[in-house]
Amino acid sequence: MIEVRGLRKAFGTVQAVDGVEFIARDGAITGLLGPNGAGKTTTLRMLYTLMRPDAGSILVDGLDAVRNTLAVREHLGVLPDARGLYKRLTARENIAYFARLHGLSGAAVRARVDEMVALLDMQDIAARRTEGFSQGQRVKVALARALVHDPRNIILDEPGNGLDVMATRALRAFLRNLRNEGRCVLFSSHIMQEVAALCDRIIVIAHGRVVAEGSPDELRARTGAATLEDAFVSLIGSGEGLAA
Amino acid sequence: MSKGRFRTGLHAAVTVYLKEVRENLRDKRTVINALITGPLLGPVLFGMIFSFTLQRQLAEAEKPLPVPVVGAQYAPNLLHALEAQGLVAKPAPTDPAAAIRSHAARVVMVIPKRFEQAWRKGEPAGVELYYDSARQDSGTPVRRLKKMLQAYASTLAAQRLLVRGLSPVLMRPVVPEDRDLATPQSRSALMFSILPYFFVLTVFLGGMYLAIDTTAGERERQSLEPLLSNPVGRGTLLAGKLAATVSFALVSLLLATAAFGVVGRFLPVEKLDIVLDLGPRFAAYLMLLMLPLAVLLATLQTLVSAYAKSYREAQTYLSILMLLPVIPSLLLAVMPVHAKPWMYAVPLLGQQLGIMDLVRGEGIGWPLLAAVLAGTSLAAVLAFAVTRWLYASERLAVST
Repeated sequence: MIEVRGLRKAFGTVQAVDGVEFIARDGAITGLLGPNGAGKTTTLRMLYTLMRPDAGSILVDGLDAVRNTLAVREHLGVLPDARGLYKRLTARENIAYFARLHGLSGAAVRARVDEMVALLDMQDIAARRTEGFSQGQRVKVALARALVHDPRNIILDEPGNGLDVMATRALRAFLRNLRNEGRCVLFSSHIMQEVAALCDRIIVIAHGRVVAEGSPDELRARTGAATLEDAFVSLIGSGEGLAA
Repeated sequence: MSKGRFRTGLHAAVTVYLKEVRENLRDKRTVINALITGPLLGPVLFGMIFSFTLQRQLAEAEKPLPVPVVGAQYAPNLLHALEAQGLVAKPAPTDPAAAIRSHAARVVMVIPKRFEQAWRKGEPAGVELYYDSARQDSGTPVRRLKKMLQAYASTLAAQRLLVRGLSPVLMRPVVPEDRDLATPQSRSALMFSILPYFFVLTVFLGGMYLAIDTTAGERERQSLEPLLSNPVGRGTLLAGKLAATVSFALVSLLLATAAFGVVGRFLPVEKLDIVLDLGPRFAAYLMLLMLPLAVLLATLQTLVSAYAKSYREAQTYLSILMLLPVIPSLLLAVMPVHAKPWMYAVPLLGQQLGIMDLVRGEGIGWPLLAAVLAGTSLAAVLAFAVTRWLYASERLAVST
């Protein structure tokens, strides 16, 4: 479970995140929806301890993410916006590297990598160097290495970026699976379809603030809009920076 | 830090180290630069400079000296005497000055018609030498020709004095006698003062690609942010990456030292009567002297690369940083200062002086060796602290 309170972060004079608050529960998929530049990535970067917030608190499974960064990272699986692989290493080696960095060694590494390769159905590419991989293949490897330590909480920044239809469907099924295992799945997106199709709970962000929060039905009901798309536009003030 | 956390950190640092080494061993460009061209560049270049210079010096002294002579018919005796000393008279050019300007000859001797007359009368007989002193290759032949002429002139003068019943000794009221204290070893030291730079350069080139690849490269490939989401401190990551960079630099240096050892065997050092110590003992001391410098340079390279925004930018900065080690070499060549003990504690300068001591066959005492190691190690620790601090900044991870 991830709990965020009063989160603030400024870059120079730009207040990128301005008092974001929400809770992402276990066994649920929580979507952070907002136009480009709304502060989603910065919020997530603070959650996975890449950046320090100026103010506010973050608790991951009850651990303070500001002070206890290393312990929090053990509880998190992260698929950042930047998802570069080591192209001179094979897919397996890429995954094994992260497994070792999580403290695994020897046979345990092999076992976990085997599991991830089977789970993400990537037997065909596992032994290949990742240079020249398609977007879908790259995301698979990036997901596998993010989850190799079996984290309770999973954070994904725009996971659907650059994926084709088949890869997107596979990704959704995979995220639902993670939720059904009781994990806390938190992802950001500027694509309404993606959020609508997947989320149990939606947090709408604009200008660094949470402007609305609820299940898809609750959001429609609150705004009185017929479709979710209309609901978002009315919540954010404009449809700019959002994609259907 | 508890024992458990230390073990975890060590495990992570070793993991990073092994991954960087493996990944870079698969990179053709890095392997070629760090393990083939880098280590070979110094020895081959040095061997070429050495052989070229020595061959020229040795050969010039013994080889026949071809000189175009104008008016040879006016001074057959002079010509015989010069030819006995190694001169080979060449056909006369129509215009001596033009022959020099067109580089057809390095020196032309012109014997004027009045030479014969002056010679008979016992008056000073002029011989003209045409050459261009601005040309470097004219120095040796002109000097040799003048020496030949002088030898002939003093023989002649002595004969004339004897004919008049005077002792030729009268002609030499003061006689300078050379007592050159340069040893063969010290005479070649100038040549060897460039040698330390080759070793420093090898270390620099050996680690350069890894320093860039593991920082600016990692960020540019967008893999730094995922890496930083692992439960490993940034200092630990940095340590692993630095260790990989230092390893490549040291392997590069080891190969270069071995190559120097091989090249050293083929250099015609015995002709110069010098000792060129490039053997295992030299190699051992060299590695010891260079060890802290390798860490210092790798840390500086990492610092610069981590600061750079892109791979290209890092390369540009590092090419500038590469000029830094030349400074002590140049300084010592231009201003041959007397080495003071404190100089050994200055990074780069200490290695330069130490290696020159070793090459001269004088060895290096333990106090000076300790000064080199302590001074450079201290600088390396400081550089690491600064790099560690920069590595912890938020700016480091974010690629956009």
